[in-house]
Amino acid sequence: MNSPVVPQSANDARAALHETLQRQRRSARWHALEYLFWCLPVLAYFLFPGNYLLLSQIAITSLFALSLDLIFGYAGIISLGHAAFFGVGAYTVGLLGLRGMGDPLTGLLLAALFAAVLGFLSSFLVLRGSDLARLMVTLGVALMLYELANKFTRITGGVDGIPGIEIKPILGLFEFDMYGRVGYVYAVVVLFVLFWIARRIVHSPFGQSLRGIQMNAQRMPALGVPVHRRLVAVYTLGAAYAGVAGAVLAQTNQFVSLSVLGFENSADLLLILILGGTGRLYGGLIGAIVFIVAKHLLSDINPQYWQFWLGLALVLLVMFARGGILGTAAQWLRARRQRTQQRSQEGAA
Amino acid sequence: MTIIFDGIAFGMLLFLISVGLSVTLGLMNFVNLAHGVFAMVGGYVCVVLLNDWGLPFLATIPFAIVVPGVLGVVLERLLYRRLYEASALDQVLFSLGLVFMAVAATHYFFGARQQPLHLPDFLTGQIHLPGVDIGVYRLFLVVAGLIVAALLQWSVIRTPFGARLRAAVDNQGTARGLGIDVNRVFMLTFALGSALAGLGGALGVEMLGLDPEFPVKYLVYFLIVVTVGGGGNILGSLWAALLLGVADVAGKYYVPQVGAFIIYAIMVVILILRPQGLFGRPHH
Repeated sequence: MNSPVVPQSANDARAALHETLQRQRRSARWHALEYLFWCLPVLAYFLFPGNYLLLSQIAITSLFALSLDLIFGYAGIISLGHAAFFGVGAYTVGLLGLRGMGDPLTGLLLAALFAAVLGFLSSFLVLRGSDLARLMVTLGVALMLYELANKFTRITGGVDGIPGIEIKPILGLFEFDMYGRVGYVYAVVVLFVLFWIARRIVHSPFGQSLRGIQMNAQRMPALGVPVHRRLVAVYTLGAAYAGVAGAVLAQTNQFVSLSVLGFENSADLLLILILGGTGRLYGGLIGAIVFIVAKHLLSDINPQYWQFWLGLALVLLVMFARGGILGTAAQWLRARRQRTQQRSQEGAA
Repeated sequence: MTIIFDGIAFGMLLFLISVGLSVTLGLMNFVNLAHGVFAMVGGYVCVVLLNDWGLPFLATIPFAIVVPGVLGVVLERLLYRRLYEASALDQVLFSLGLVFMAVAATHYFFGARQQPLHLPDFLTGQIHLPGVDIGVYRLFLVVAGLIVAALLQWSVIRTPFGARLRAAVDNQGTARGLGIDVNRVFMLTFALGSALAGLGGALGVEMLGLDPEFPVKYLVYFLIVVTVGGGGNILGSLWAALLLGVADVAGKYYVPQVGAFIIYAIMVVILILRPQGLFGRPHH
């Protein structure tokens, strides 16, 4: 990462800075594979017309996993309670819908806002202490919300949730239909826009400073980076993203239930992100695809015991493939490239 | 008074199950979210021996201790020991994986229903004292908890094994240099933690219920006891468990609207004030 040039003079320093910025700009440019990747949701629209609900679920979970990647993959804040923000987003839309304020985009904005406020406030609790204390505090915050939603039945519907939320047409033009077609397109568009923004953020100086904090939080203040403030900012941002994901779920399903706040929602999410690979933005997306498709197929075969295979996958993952799908793939590619290089060198010699 | 006593009994039960986790998580620094699985195994062993084999309740307890203990040894040898050096996150994911597998497997073998347990006559009934009604079963839990706490405290502080364990935890390298078989100490410790969980699971069937979701349902309680008490500290776990038990029971009695909210709030507040837990020492 570090530039090998040790600046001797102002000119050298400027050249080094220029080079670093160039490199950063290059890595920020879209890769051909990325264009291909984003053809997938479009293809899926035509290939699996009967599965729009499943497909939107993948898109929503992708967005949710992306939000966790921002705080965990880029800032290293470990969380077992990310469902809190997802739930806040979902309930925001649900409660607005009950009061006849079902405009989808307003819903998204307000969901992002409320989740961000909660994220901002809880970030001060979460950023204290060791990894274990963090796990417990994030878990605790999520569980407190769960209990509140469970007990204040008059507002949240308790265990029954809020069914039949009325959502108005998007921009007054596109009405959510029974087959979930509009819902799917909507979920993918929201995912893409937020992904694009996240990508910009990650490649900005702000994103770079997060990586620096993750690598060595002690040294970053020496570079003039306000570590704590950066972490608060990214935690708030991740919360807002999760809130939007929850909002889209509530809008496309027109239903909110307690499970959005549940521990299993957080645990599954962490698993999805790790499965795909952290700190790569696409990890969460690929994890979501694999996880939901696998869940769908496995529960078709054997609806009650799919969790067993999930658990087994998790154990094997930790034992043998710690980087997740993308990390392992990258490792494999690197090893292969080295091997071919070696071979060509041997051939030359 | 009755509420306080019930709270103490519930706390003792929490202590019985979580103290094993306090040993593995607090002393060995392994974030073992699968701890409840061992408690569940103890519970099922007890129920199966009692209902299907007709053993008396007390006679099932040794099995409920030994089976999870042996299971602990096997899993430690095969899997856990490879992850002692891994990050907290890897340990979390790995043990969550075990939880998922255990829940599904239990579901497969025993079904989703609650397992019934009929306590023997001498454990049912109540003692009426002025101002307080004491359930015999709850009294039994309190006594069992106190005995376990005393035994554990004694064995960690006074016995050679305890000394080896403390040495191995404080400084593995030096402990090895002194000829302590650290691997063996850790294995035995893990077995002890699992066995204790099994004991708690078996004793707690009446109060906590028993179904395949058990490890998930109570996971948070065990974790709270350990983190609030300060890991690796037996008396700390005891105090934390009693505090949480009383707060939980009292909260559910006086303000049922908020339910378990109170103990989560207590945990978060304590962790904010003291990230190492109430009685924990700062990590080195």
